Amino acid sequence: MVKAIRKPLEEITEAIKPYQRVLVLGCGGCVSVCLCGGQKEADQLAALLASESCDTPKQTTSWTIERQCNREFMGSLPDKIKEVDCILSMACGAGVQLVAECFPDKPVFPAVNTVCIGIDRDIGWYEERCRACGECVLSYTGGICPVSRCAKSLFNGPCGGTGRDENCEVDKGIPCAWVEIWKRLSTQNRTDNILSLRPAMAWQNQKQRTLLQPEYEKRYLKS
Amino acid sequence: MKENPSLKSGSRLERTLAAGHFAVTAELGPPKGTDIEVIRKKAAFLKDRVDGVNLTDNQTAVVRMSSIGAGVLCVQMGLEPVVQMVCRDRNRIAMQSDILGATALGIRNLLCLSGDHQCFGNHGCAKNVYDIDSIQQLSMMKRLRDDKKFCNSNDPVEGEVPLFLGAAENPFAHPQAFRALRLKKKVEAGADFIQTQVIYDMDIFREWMKQVRNLGLHEQCHILAGVIPLKSAGMARYMAEKVSGVILPDTYIQRMAGAAKGQAAEEGIKICLEQIDALRTIEGVHGIHLMAIEWEHKVPHILERAGLAVRPSV
Repeated sequence: MVKAIRKPLEEITEAIKPYQRVLVLGCGGCVSVCLCGGQKEADQLAALLASESCDTPKQTTSWTIERQCNREFMGSLPDKIKEVDCILSMACGAGVQLVAECFPDKPVFPAVNTVCIGIDRDIGWYEERCRACGECVLSYTGGICPVSRCAKSLFNGPCGGTGRDENCEVDKGIPCAWVEIWKRLSTQNRTDNILSLRPAMAWQNQKQRTLLQPEYEKRYLKS
Repeated sequence: MKENPSLKSGSRLERTLAAGHFAVTAELGPPKGTDIEVIRKKAAFLKDRVDGVNLTDNQTAVVRMSSIGAGVLCVQMGLEPVVQMVCRDRNRIAMQSDILGATALGIRNLLCLSGDHQCFGNHGCAKNVYDIDSIQQLSMMKRLRDDKKFCNSNDPVEGEVPLFLGAAENPFAHPQAFRALRLKKKVEAGADFIQTQVIYDMDIFREWMKQVRNLGLHEQCHILAGVIPLKSAGMARYMAEKVSGVILPDTYIQRMAGAAKGQAAEEGIKICLEQIDALRTIEGVHGIHLMAIEWEHKVPHILERAGLAVRPSV
């Protein structure tokens, strides 16, 4: 799922400075799962912004909807929004944008930084696994992504910087993706998967993408 | 342009290797600015003593004069450049465009590299490119030269692209079992010559060369073994501990540390000469790549003592 982390409080207060009444809008989707922007975190941020510890305490309301990336869940919002000067969205970048699109007269600010598509390693601990490149290569790399897990996104094997510790040279806390790929494919007797030349990638994520699932194409493509 | 049609570029480096001579290349780090004198000074130590001079491409991700710009200056100064090009800073469009310009300006040797990650340099917050990797870069350059076609287009390339294509390999980096196989990929992609990472551990290097010979790669590409003379015990420790992918046996650190006061540099050169002698006896090693980092003025001395300072006329 999408993983996010809250922005520094100073950045949030700077963004909403001109506004007094603030709706802190939580999202029950991915940001809730990664303990960043669900109901609990929205309540906490609303309380924090209203508290005397802030230079200019705000009049805050907290409200969380099931998902901010789908218009269907926004039915409760028009009434709430009437009462505030701006919206502080705790959703990922997609959710923030749909809220802003649905309420174009109201300033909408992001309260979180969207970080990645990742996995849950433990409570409050997440690791990136996918950059949505749109051309999945996991079938030949033993289920280990070279695009997101190799610091140079190499497709034909490791760079020359992997030392005895088998970690990435850019961060000793990150295992070299290609060492992992080599080991996993060795275990499965599949190293031949990476012995042939992998041609240059046809990058799919260089312009905004719209997906139509084939079975729904007729519904949207009228002509 | 190239007199012998069997040559790919006609470069001095290619002619030297094709004639079966033991080749010598050196390294010249371009200046962090526009001062041509820096290049002129370093070039004076290398001129006529080496078969090619590598111009590093913003090594360690620190901004310097471009390798192509510095390479063209080398051509003007009478040295043969080996231009390094990394995948970190350019996409496939810029790489092809730049190499066409470089070739038109007289560059004949190109070393294709992934490049040091930007986090090591002075612009750590920069966005890297890595549109293609160094093996794909080799394929692209080979297609440009041999098929006269661009990477993703069948549009004809106008004119010749006479390039001698090189790649790097690090026999010491993990997973070591994959390294010779990875070299095979590079040769298949188009590498005519290989410059290795610095070699200190001769046992690991010999084992890697054995694997390379078993794959027949020593007959398909020219392998130039990388050597870096140690200047001090501090440098030896730094190389051993801090430089990724370098294996430096403790005996060398002890020898450097045990050298008499003022004699560490001489000890470093002695070690370097021993390594060059050992490398010359290994089947399939066709030359050395001497990287005297900010020590270019020692290159003539080292090469004279190694018996390599007089380059063959080819």
